Amino acid sequence: MKRSVAPIFWLMFGAGGMLAALVGPALVIMTGLIVPTGVGNSTTIMDYAHAIAFAQHPFGKLVLLAVISLFAWHGAERIYLTLKDMHLGPKFTLAWLSYGSAGAVTLATTAALLAIGF
Amino acid sequence: MRRPYLRPIDSLWWAKPPYLAYTLREATGIAIGAYALVLLAGVICLAVSENAYDAWLRFLASRWSLALHAIFLVAMLFHVWTWFAIMPKTMPRLVIGGRYVEPRLITATGVAIAALASLVLLVIALRILQ
Repeated sequence: MKRSVAPIFWLMFGAGGMLAALVGPALVIMTGLIVPTGVGNSTTIMDYAHAIAFAQHPFGKLVLLAVISLFAWHGAERIYLTLKDMHLGPKFTLAWLSYGSAGAVTLATTAALLAIGF
Repeated sequence: MRRPYLRPIDSLWWAKPPYLAYTLREATGIAIGAYALVLLAGVICLAVSENAYDAWLRFLASRWSLALHAIFLVAMLFHVWTWFAIMPKTMPRLVIGGRYVEPRLITATGVAIAALASLVLLVIALRILQ
C-alpha cells in the first residue's frame, strides 16, 4: 500500500497551530508592538546585544527555529488547502509552492542560526 | 460521449457566507506565515551584521510595521478562538467521570490556557530581559 505523506504535513500544521494559539499573541505584542514603541522602557530587550546572546544560546536557537519554521509550516498548510479548494492551479504545483516555501523558510532559518554560531 | 452535468459554481464562493467564515479562518494562516517571515528577516539580519539588525529594528518601529503587526495580532487572536473552537470536533470525545465533556467547555478551557500562556510569556520576557 502506498503511504500518504499528508500526515507529516498535518503534524507540522498542528504543532505550528498549537504553538501560535498558545504564545502567538504574546510574541506579536512583544516583538511587533511593545518593543518597537518602547512601552515600559522595553526597547533594550531586543537590542543587538540581547538578540545575539539569545540566538547564540542553544535554547534560543531552538526557540527561534521552532517558532519560525512551525509558523511557516502552519501557514503553508492553510494556504495550500485554500488555494486547492479555490482550484487556482494543479494540486501538485500548489503543494510544491506552499510546502516548498515552508521548507525554504526552515532551511534559511537553520542556515542563519548556524551562521550566527554558538 | 459522456457529458456529466456540472453544477455552475460562483467563482467567488469563498468570499460569501457560509464559506466566508472558513476563508477568514484559513486567512489567519497567511498572517502567521507572514509573521514567521518577519522574524526570519530579523534572524538573517542578526547573522549578517549589527547594522543590518539595527535596520530591521528600525523597520519594526516604522508605521507600516506597527500597522502590519496590529493585523497580525487580530489574526492571531482569531486563530486562538477558531483553533480551540474546532478542537472538540477534531479530538476523540472526552469522557470524564462517565460523562461526555461539553464541546463548549473544551473550547473555553483551551482559550483560557492560551490566554494564561501568552500572559505568562509576556510577563516573564519583559521582567527577565529588562
